[in-house]
Amino acid sequence: MTDSAALYLPTDWRDFLSLTKPRVMSLVIFTGLCGLLAAPGYIHPLIGFIAVLCIAMGAGGAAALNQWWEADLDSGMKRTAKRPIPGGRVRRTDARDFGIALSVASVGLMGIAVNWLAAIILAISIVYYAVIYTIWLKPRTPQNIVIGGGAGAFPPMIGWVAVTGHITLMPVLLFAIIFMWTPPHFWALALFVQSDYAKVGIPMMPVVKGEASTRRQIMAYAVLLLPVAAAPWFIGGTGVIYGAIAIALSLAFIVLAGPVALRRSEEGDRMKPEKRLFGFSVLYLFALFAALVADRLVYGQGLLA
Amino acid sequence: MTPEEEIEFKQRRKGRNLALGAVLVFFVILFYALTIVKMG
Repeated sequence: MTDSAALYLPTDWRDFLSLTKPRVMSLVIFTGLCGLLAAPGYIHPLIGFIAVLCIAMGAGGAAALNQWWEADLDSGMKRTAKRPIPGGRVRRTDARDFGIALSVASVGLMGIAVNWLAAIILAISIVYYAVIYTIWLKPRTPQNIVIGGGAGAFPPMIGWVAVTGHITLMPVLLFAIIFMWTPPHFWALALFVQSDYAKVGIPMMPVVKGEASTRRQIMAYAVLLLPVAAAPWFIGGTGVIYGAIAIALSLAFIVLAGPVALRRSEEGDRMKPEKRLFGFSVLYLFALFAALVADRLVYGQGLLA
Repeated sequence: MTPEEEIEFKQRRKGRNLALGAVLVFFVILFYALTIVKMG
């Protein structure tokens, strides 16, 4: 703690807000909402709103718990040193209590307002991210991003189950898509961002296994992503609108992963292919889930009979 | 506590009270609406 203001001044409420990582939350809200809109069946708009609110609150609580646990690591890395706890604006214990309060409230509200299966999956996703990923596996294995991807993969599944009340193959496939998407997405970023993870002892893949191995693995996940992304169409869960868009997007993903997989960075490299792949990966996820909802609106709601 | 710190202290306390008040009002309205929907 460089600044002792947090010790006697009340914490600014904006610092509590930034503990929830609002920017990560936007993707969580989007995929959760898409899972909810793509699911078959009816949900009252207010109940649907509460479901998305609970997904967002749960993600915020897990993010606060993540920063409570990693405060020491964050203070040692340039990118994260200004976060509320290492920046000395929030007490560690306050962040922990805030995270627990948000998590418990989100699960309770989901159970009361929506359904208890959705609440249980939400609780599992929070524990998975805050405990299994953050506390246990992230500091121990270079597969941490693969495992962490599981945490980000829960929201569309929870949104889906909020509507249907039971787990079928479709919400599991939505989970699998984000799970396969996360490693190439994050490792592309890790290749061009000079990070201090090694300094604080977090075993990120490019540091542990080297650049060449990371590049090969990006390609492997990109190739595996194609059948997984197209699977909702193969099993008849969606129409051809989603199927065609999923295959087109996934082929583009593989094409952009090609140069990343085949080359090596040199001194003073501008890392253009890696940046392009990372940028596209974000677009890919938004477009894929938007296609899922569009497909549902056209075929499911009979807009195009 | 210096006078400047006291002003800062009061500003932050007020900001937090307003933020918490807004959250509480939001949830009161939300639970009222939820009750109506669940009864319907």
